[in-house]
Parts: sequence; C-alpha cells; structure tokens
Amino acid sequence: MIPMKISETSVAKIEEICREFDNDKGELINVLHKAQNAFGYLPEEVQKVVAQNLNTSLAQVYGVVSFYSFFTMVPKGRYPINICMGTACYVRGAERVLNEFKGLLKIKVGETTKDDKFSLSSLRCVGACGLAPVVLVGEKVYGRVTLDNVQEILDEYKETVPV
Amino acid sequence: MDTINIKIDNKNFQVPKGATILDAAKSVGINIPTLCYLNLHDLNTINKPAGCRICVVEVKGRKNLVPACATECVAGMEILNQTVRVLNSRKTVLELILSDHPTDCLICTKNGHCDLQSMAMNLGIREIHYKGEQSHYIKDTSPAIIRDMDKCIVCRRCVTMCNDVQTVGALSAINRGFMSVVAPAFEMNLEDSPCTYCGQCVAVCPTAALTEVDHTNKVIRELANPKKTVVVQTAPAVRAALGEEFGYEPGTLVTGKMAAALRDLGFDYVFDTDFAADLTIMEESAELLDRITRHLNGDETVKLPMLTSCCPGWVNFFEQHFPEMKDIPSTARSPQQMFGSIAKTYFADKLGIKREDMVVVSIMPCLAKKYESQREEFATNGNPDVDYSLTTRELARLIKQANIDFDSIEPQDFDHPMGESSGAGVIFGTTGGVIEAAVRTAYEVFTKEKLHKVEFQQLRGMDWIRETTIDFNGTPIRIGIAHGLGNARKLLEEIRDGKSHYHAIEIMACPGGCIGGGGQPFHHGDTNILLARQKALYAADKAKVIRKSHENPAIQKLYREFLGSPMSKKAHELLHTQYFDKSNQVEITKD
Amino acid sequence: MDTKYRMHLLVCGGTGCIASKSSQLIQLLKEELEANGLEKEVQVISTGCFGFCEKGPIVKVLPDNTFYTQLKPEDAKEIVAEHVIKGRYIERLLYVNPETQEIIRDAKNMGFYRKQMRIALRNCGFINPENIDEYIARNGYSAIAKCLTEMTPSEVIDEVKKSGMRGRGGGGFPTGLKWEITSKSISDQKYVVCNADEGDPGAFMDRSVLEGDPHSVIEAMAICGYCIGANKGIVYIRAEYPLAIKRLKIALQQAKEYGLLGENIFGTDFEFTIDIKYGAGAFVCGEETALIHSMEGLRGEPTIKPPFPSVSGYLTQPTNVNNVETFASIPVIILKGSEWFASIGTEYSKGTKVFALAGKINNVGLIEVPMGTTLREVIFEIGGGIKDGKKFKAVQTGGPSGGCLTEKHLDLPIDFDSLTAAGSMMGSGGMIVMDEDDCMVAMAKFYLEFTVEESCGKCAPCRIGNKRLHEMLTKLCEANGVEEDLDLLRNLSVVVKDTSLCGLGQTSPNPILSTMENFYEEYHAHVFDHKCPSGQCQSFRRYYIDAEHCIGCMVCARNCPTNAITGVKKQVHIINQLICIKCGVCMEKCKFDSIYLN
Repeated sequence: MIPMKISETSVAKIEEICREFDNDKGELINVLHKAQNAFGYLPEEVQKVVAQNLNTSLAQVYGVVSFYSFFTMVPKGRYPINICMGTACYVRGAERVLNEFKGLLKIKVGETTKDDKFSLSSLRCVGACGLAPVVLVGEKVYGRVTLDNVQEILDEYKETVPV
Repeated sequence: MDTINIKIDNKNFQVPKGATILDAAKSVGINIPTLCYLNLHDLNTINKPAGCRICVVEVKGRKNLVPACATECVAGMEILNQTVRVLNSRKTVLELILSDHPTDCLICTKNGHCDLQSMAMNLGIREIHYKGEQSHYIKDTSPAIIRDMDKCIVCRRCVTMCNDVQTVGALSAINRGFMSVVAPAFEMNLEDSPCTYCGQCVAVCPTAALTEVDHTNKVIRELANPKKTVVVQTAPAVRAALGEEFGYEPGTLVTGKMAAALRDLGFDYVFDTDFAADLTIMEESAELLDRITRHLNGDETVKLPMLTSCCPGWVNFFEQHFPEMKDIPSTARSPQQMFGSIAKTYFADKLGIKREDMVVVSIMPCLAKKYESQREEFATNGNPDVDYSLTTRELARLIKQANIDFDSIEPQDFDHPMGESSGAGVIFGTTGGVIEAAVRTAYEVFTKEKLHKVEFQQLRGMDWIRETTIDFNGTPIRIGIAHGLGNARKLLEEIRDGKSHYHAIEIMACPGGCIGGGGQPFHHGDTNILLARQKALYAADKAKVIRKSHENPAIQKLYREFLGSPMSKKAHELLHTQYFDKSNQVEITKD
Repeated sequence: MDTKYRMHLLVCGGTGCIASKSSQLIQLLKEELEANGLEKEVQVISTGCFGFCEKGPIVKVLPDNTFYTQLKPEDAKEIVAEHVIKGRYIERLLYVNPETQEIIRDAKNMGFYRKQMRIALRNCGFINPENIDEYIARNGYSAIAKCLTEMTPSEVIDEVKKSGMRGRGGGGFPTGLKWEITSKSISDQKYVVCNADEGDPGAFMDRSVLEGDPHSVIEAMAICGYCIGANKGIVYIRAEYPLAIKRLKIALQQAKEYGLLGENIFGTDFEFTIDIKYGAGAFVCGEETALIHSMEGLRGEPTIKPPFPSVSGYLTQPTNVNNVETFASIPVIILKGSEWFASIGTEYSKGTKVFALAGKINNVGLIEVPMGTTLREVIFEIGGGIKDGKKFKAVQTGGPSGGCLTEKHLDLPIDFDSLTAAGSMMGSGGMIVMDEDDCMVAMAKFYLEFTVEESCGKCAPCRIGNKRLHEMLTKLCEANGVEEDLDLLRNLSVVVKDTSLCGLGQTSPNPILSTMENFYEEYHAHVFDHKCPSGQCQSFRRYYIDAEHCIGCMVCARNCPTNAITGVKKQVHIINQLICIKCGVCMEKCKFDSIYLN
C-alpha cells in the first residue's frame, strides 16, 4: 500500500475544522462539509486525518462519505455542471439535456474533462421547478434549458488564458 | 417474571413481558426463521439490524409485516406466523437475496455450514424468479482472511463484531442501496487496514463472504514429501471443539482421536501446543515476577501492569491501535511460536536434521495465528519457525478428505518430548486460563511455598472484564482479565490514563478466548457451545496429574538441557520478541 | 410594511427568481429610484417566493397590488418612470390569462391566487425575510409571547391537538399528539428537530418557507421546545439550499439579538437555542430515524420503530421531529385559535396544505389551498391547465413514492386519507402533472430509478427488490417484456411494500402499483401489442424510409451513428431494423421528409 501523504498546512486546516466542532465524532458530517469546502473534495488522506482527530475509524468515515451523494472523492472541474434530474425537470426533458452535455463534453456523469475544466453530475431537485429543466454551473442557475442552449452555456466558459 | 398474554397463529400463550416476538415464539416452541439476527447471549452481543426481513410476521392491526427479531410483544398482540402472506414474503425476500448471490454452493467453502444455504433449503426455494444484475467485487486475500464480497448479504454481523465488540474498526458498511457492501475504508485490502485478523467476522459470517485462507493443500503436499519431517502441534482449544465437525456434542474432548487422526494423516511427530503453553508460563511468570519485584523494590522505570502476549490478535491490536504502549505487554512469544522455535532448534538437533528439512504445522482455533506465523521476526534466514497454521476447521477438512473415520478411530497419545503438558497448559484455551496458569507458577516461585489449591474460581467465567486480588503470602497481586478487544481497549485506556491498578492483565482477542476463536467450528450464534468448550478444558485440566507448568518434566528437561533458566540469554533469543508500531499513520510533508 | 414609505415594490428573491436575474432587477430599481430622488418615498423589498414561479421574476406593487410578471432587469427604468412616478400601469408587463387572453392587474383576480389560502406561506412574498422587524410587524413572535406568558405547556399542546394539525412531512401523524408524547417522556435533555431535508424531487415548499419566512419556523420550534420541555433545537437542512441556509442563519442571529432565542425569553425562565446541521444528499434522511442517525454523524440508515424518536431520538434523548411546513403553521394556530384552524379543511385533515405544482402544467409554482380542494381545482384553476393545450393524463402526488392519479380522481377532495385510499399519498406535497405524451410505464421506471439510487441498502427488499423492479420495468420499456413479468412485477411490488424496514421501501412500489391499477392497458400494450402507446419508449419505434420520396442523397446514411442505413447514391435507402438504435437522427437530417415513424 502506498503510504498516504498530506501537507502540514492541510493537516493544520483539518485540525482547525475539527476543533471548531470540539473534535466530536457526532459532528462528522458537518466536519466533512467544511473539509470538502476547503479542499474541493475529500481525498483519502483528508479522511484519514479527520478520522484521527475525531477519534473514529477510517472505515466509518469512509462509510459516511460513500453514503452521501453530496460528498465526493474526485476533484470537480473548475466549472462543475449539475443537471437537475428531479421529476419536474425530467418531464420537461432534463434527460435529453443531460445527454447533450455528455455528448458535447465526451464524459459520463461523475467524470471530469481531461483539462479539468468541466465536471458533470446530476442532482435531485434544486427546488427551482418553475424553471425546469434546470442546469447549474457552479452556483449559477440556468432555467428552461433547451438542447440548443447547451453549447451556448459551455461557450460562456471559454477561457482565453490557459489555466 | 412478569408475563403477558399473546396469540400466535390463533393459539393463546403466556410469554415474558418485554420479550421480542422472536424470543416469545421460541419460549413456546414456535420457530421463526432468522438470517441477519445474531444474539450471543452470554457475551452481551447482539446484531439486530432487522435488515434481512426473513423473520417477518403478521401482527393484527399493523399495516405492514413486522420483523419478529426487533419487535417487542405487547399484551393482547395477535401474531400470525404461517399465513400465505408471511410465507410468500419470506420466500420472495429470500429469492431476492439469492438473486444477488452466486449459486456455486457445491464448490463453496461454506457448503454445509452456510446459513443462507440452509435457509434456502428450509424455505423450499426451488427457483429464483427475480433475476438481474449481481454485485461483483475483487476477491481480497490477506495473510489470514479472504473477503469474497460477491457472497455478502449485508447482514452486518461482521460490522457489529469488528466495531462494537472488537472496536477494531476495520470494516464498515459502505456505499448505499444496491451498491452497499461491507468493506475497509476505500475498499482497500484487509491487509492494509487496521484488521487484527481476530477472525470474529469470519466466525459470525452466515455465508462464505468472509472465510479463512485455506492452507490444507500446502500441508498435504508437505506430508507427501519424503524429504521433510513434518511436525504438528495442536492448540488447547482445538481438542474441545474439533468433535463438533464430526457430530459430537459440543464440549466433547477428542484429544486422543485427534492425535490418532493426525498420525494417520502422515504427520511424523504429533505434539501438543500445551507443552509450549507451559513454556510460555515459565517465561511469562518469570518476567512478571521480575517486574513486580523490581517494582516492590522501588524501581520506577518498571512497566506495570504486565499484559499477556500469547494472543496474536491482541498483539496486532495494540501494535495497530496503541503503538505507544508496545513496551507494556510481556515480551514472551505465543505458545505457537515458542513451539516452532524450540522444534526447529532443540528438537531438530535431537533428530539431527536441518531446520530446512523440518516442517512445523500448527492446528489453531485462530486466524491471527496464520499471520503470526508469517511475521518476519519469527523466521531464520527466511525459514519460518512455524510453516503453516491451520484452523480447527481446516483440520476437520483434512481428516474428511483423507477418509479417516473419526468415529471409529482409537485414541492415541501425543509423542514425546513436546507432547507432554500440564493442566495449566490446557486451560490456555479459555479466557482466564492463561493468568490462572501463570498464577499457579508465579505463586510458588514468588512465595517459595507449595500451592495446595490450584483452581482459582474467581478468575473463571464469561464476564467481559473480571478482576481479582490474589494474596501472594502477604503481597496482594491484582489481576485483571478481559476478552474481546473492545474490553481490552477499556483496560488499555485505563493504563494510558494512569488509572490502572493491576499488576497483570490477561487479554484474549476473541469472546470466550480461544474456545471462541475465528478458526473454530461455527457456533451459529449458540453461545452454549462456547460454555461447553470452556467446561471441557477445565475438565481436561482437572484430569491431569500435573497441573502446574513448572512441574512438567519435559519442560524441566528442556531448561536443563538447552535453555538454562527462564529469561536466560538463550531463552530471550528463542522465546521472546519485540513489538512494532503498525499504526500506519499518514505521512505529513512540509509544504 | 414600513408606513413611512408611500409605496413598496416587492420583488421575489427566491432561488428560482434569482436565477432569472431578480437581484439585478432589485439593484436597478433601487438605482432608478435614487436617480429620481424617490428612495425615501418608495421602498424596494426583496421577499421570499410568491409561489408563481412560472412567471418569475415578479414585482408586486403595494398599496395598489399590481402584479408584474416575467420581468427583465432592463424593465426597472420603465417601472419607476411609468408606475411609480406617473401612476400608470405598464400593460405589457401584466399577467395575461392564457385561456381568455384577458389582462389581469390585481393578483387577487388571478386564477392562480384566487383559490389559495395562505397559512404556512402567509409571509412569503410579503416581507423581507432578512429583516426580523418585518416579521414582527406581521404579528411575528406574538404567538410565543402568548404561550410563554399566558399558557401552560399542556394548554399549548391541547390547542395544537384541538386544531387537528397533522404533520406535513408525509406521515400525517397528529402534531399535538406527537408533542404530547415527547412532553411525557422523562429526560433532562430533549430536542426539537426541524426536518428541512426536503428531498422529494419536485417539491420545494420547505425551501420557500425558509427563504421567505424563516422566523415563523424559529418561533414555532421555540413554542414546541416550551411544550415538550426542550431547550435545544436543531434544523437539519439540505446543503443544496444555500440561500435558505443563509437566510436561516441571519434570522437566527437576529432572533438572538432580540432576545427571542437564548435565555429568559420574554422575561420568563424559558431558554431555547437553535443549531444547524447539514444534510448531505440522502433522500432517506427524510425518515426521522435516518435523519437522527445522520445528525449523529452516522450513515443515514433508518432503524426500526419503536422506539419512536419521541421516546429515544437524537443521542437517545426524547426528540420531537416536525417538518418546516408543520412548524410554519403553528404560530397562526396559536394566534387565531384551534377552532379557526379546525374550521378549514376536511373531517380528518384540517387546515391548508402547500403543494409544489410542476410538470406539464401552465402555472408551475407553489400553492397553498385548504384541505379538501379538488385535484381539478388545483390543476385546472390554480395551475391553469395543461401546457401547450395537451390532454391531461395523470398527476403524481406524494413524491417518488406516491401514486399516479388519473382523470377519474380529478374531483377527489385532496386530504391525507383520500389520497392514500386512492393508492397515492400526501407525502410532502409534490404534484407532478403529466400529459398524453408521458408513458406511464416509463414514469414508473423513472421513479424506481430514483428509489434504487436513494435506497440506503440496509434491508434486503428495498436494496435488491427495488433494483429488480427497476430492471423489470426497463425490460418492459426496452420492448423485452413477457407476460410473466407482469405477475412478478405485481408480486414483488406488494412484497417490497409489505416487508421493507422504513417508509422509503414501504412506499417505493406505489408508482408501479398505481400505474398498473390505473393504466394497465399501457403495460398490456408494452408486452402483448409490442408498442408504447404514448410513443415515449424509444425501443418500440420503427423508422422507415418512404420509397416514393427518397432521392438517395445519402445524408441519412452518413449521419446514422450505427451505420444501420444502406443504399447507393440516387437509389432508395433501407434501414436495417436490427442495427437501428432508434435515435431519430436520420429523420432529423432528411431534407425530403422521406423518413417516417410507425
């Protein structure tokens, strides 16, 4: 097994988050939320340090991370795309919108493009059913998305300077 | 006892108040099938996720069927256990479980011992109507345990054992829905996880999702090799359980039949780990007395309490979880390893053969012993002191494969010299036994007086944590006992926090000690079996003429001829060990 | 409303309208007012959801009640110049009744609002949710004041019991009774939990209440705490609701500053504080025991009841769990009295219920109607009928595990018991309308896909049963169904319902059972006639080339992703049905309309 490595500052950050919740393992989910916020995702070593600080087992932490769909162990793209697959959006054609994104980006749901620019996921109802079908890019909400809009949306994120 | 009146299948019954429907039904002789449910009564361990839904019954007034295992009876409750609705539901749910389970029963390790298989038989499943995607996982083989999660039915028994009873935390339910399964973090291999190989997950697994690594074929090959002298040792707890595999009542001692069968299998020397247990007591009690004497003389560097170290699951546990305390346990090796190192030196010399030409096989109630025998520190130039460690179950398999009629075989004795043992050696197989054996010797060495009453009832029993003080002729020696790693953890935390007041603590990883080891015949949740095995070991002790390790003439001879005295340089080299930090910490790098 | 202003512009600041640029609109309105020196006369207020999400962003002008819809930021200038300054209505921005083409100025006269009665949503769209004074101005925190100073806990519980209020989260358990049981559990520490982990796809009432009127929930939680003897409250909220979280946090802070949370509330010795815990995307956490385990930092797996949370809940202490909408109604019950509340609704379902109308309906939005309102009123009067003039086919109530109701249920008065009797359920109040283009088998499959994904995996029938149900439905939709499947589907649906551990599995087969009951002919057609009547299931489609019109241009053949079309130039092409994946590209690309669908 490859030993896990993590930087000093990351450890300090995790310790700070855990302390904020009194290193209480009952606060695991709140801790994971904050950690995911800080790191963008929850890699193995972050979970390990969380487990140590909250005095719980790594298996339990992973059991929780893998249970909740909000937590991810894969870094998202710079522009994470979320397609709402709630019922209201579904009956208004969300599946076709999703397929269009898949086709244009050439990735599957849960994947990130090779240049780390876009990642694609589906979620269940953001509660903006009036705008169905709804697509989120980061925190920006696009409503009443048609197939033709998909390319337009992607074009909004053209980067002139390579990152 | 308060009772209430209920009806089951339209018959009136009086059952204990507070009982579950399952227990109530059982108390009046009605059987309700269960699958995920596991209740180890005498060990205060219960797994009742109410997840398999096989035990569902109809309760009048309730909309849905209820699980009998987790539903309390209330007065006047009307329960229906035999309706078409109930039977069809159980069958359908079982078919669902089977639809996500391989059907290779004929060639499965658990064939004949599988709870799922017997359930399918009992419920009369002849066809699986619901077909679809099956879960597939990579088979994970560690030094001791194989995880074949294709066969996992997510009953969570292993999770309960690993987390609640053993507090090892190697396993957890992961993912959700159809993808949910039991695994170490990130689905890493068990070998990379904090698993201690205690094997309690294997002991309770209803299917073949968790099984031991099988070494029987390797042993058969060694037996067939004329160039090799194959020596076998049998652990104390094996003789009290092996009979169960051949239809004997639990608690039947089959020591002589076992020795005879081993000889029939072709082992050149059939020895007894009990011999090495006596040797362990010589070293461990000497170390204990050394520490106590130094302590009484005011040496503040001495580490007390001393913890026993013959249980390899326990050794793995503190190396993984409490590495900072690795200098507290006795440095004495386990009986298995003491046996191996003496066999390949002292006994090989006697035979005039090289250690490479000797194969040492151990028959153990244990899975951690498999890992222990593979530890680097227990090998000389790559040649291990113990070559193969088989479980009680594997031995039964060997005997069956060799077509030995265990029933009719005449009992035989162990060979000399490593087959001789005292009663102290044989009680090593139960919780409380090691410390009782140590006390018998330590008392006489310390007080220089004869111990007349060798049985210490206060050290016996099944309570998770027990403690007593024994008067060593004016010096009170405080003793603690814990079995089950979760209880060991409690005592360790006391020590860490400076709150421990014991001189010596015996720890065994498995509930009940080795009699409940992960390599024993499956108890299927019946803890009476463990009690019967325990009783058998105490009976074997009682039947012995010599009941103290230091009175074992073969041991005395070994020291005279070879080792010198306990804790001698040679003894240290061959019979003691050191421990390592195996906590697998994450490496912290500079930015 | 602050009376020092002569006019108020209420702008919806809910998630939906913000997505349609309502924050820019607010900004521009403010700038425009300032430019005209009117900022002291006219106030712009960002409110919570008006409910009429279909037509957002919305501006409502008070006092004249003018209702402008579907605004763009650039409309700000005209609103200020025309309406605010000159007092003239801007016709082009007013609502037009899609059926009569009549222009309606006053919201009161719109079909969408006429039949509604707002209790839980009383403040949504009226007040600035980030300003506690506006809540207080509309009688906020007077219910808790009344409870603490004039009533004993058991009197409050009695009042709630007499009101006939039943939990709005789905189960419909009498709220007062729940409070009473929790109050009678003996413990030093009890908890009030607000379930805001709204997971039903297509339901957004909890989000709207928290975004539009968070104080009503805070006040009610404190009242509940007073009744049951708890001084700690926890809101368990979906992490996917950032705006609701933000407003809730602001509200908690303000309540604390005003002494409405903390020690000695209203000078009494009652103490109450509220913490927030976040959900992390697990539908099953709507089930109270799963929610509690999630709050404890564990996997959100339900455990068997009893023990009920009222007896042993969070950290094994007595815990009262109610959902957002339930709490939001409580202060009104206390102030207006149980008799008033009980006079609304049906015999066993009192008061009003919020529904999230969505799907193929003209007026998508959030509505609140008295219990007993019929589906027809909701769908055709409030909802404005079916989109694009299509025919109504079914309405799915109760979220993913509700049932599909049909034409024959349209005059059913909606309440907890009538919906259950009809094979569906109230759930949290999602209502998805479907039209003639929706295949009911595919719909059932869609819902099962949801439950398969959201099943926690603890119990076998839900873990494996739903998976198998979904596989069987897929088989039907992919044109591979056989007669036996229909029997198996029904048997398994019944067993999964009957044997599952929690509400998720106990209801997940409802979409199958209700569609098999109400639309059996569609299942029949998929298996025996080998077709999908609505045409939605692609596998049944057959594309053909019309030999008379095909000129052999080869465009279809070139575009076919599976090379299923063969033929040489200038000759009629043929589609190989075995290879065709029914994607329809050929039909789209053909310039001569010579490809047709059977």
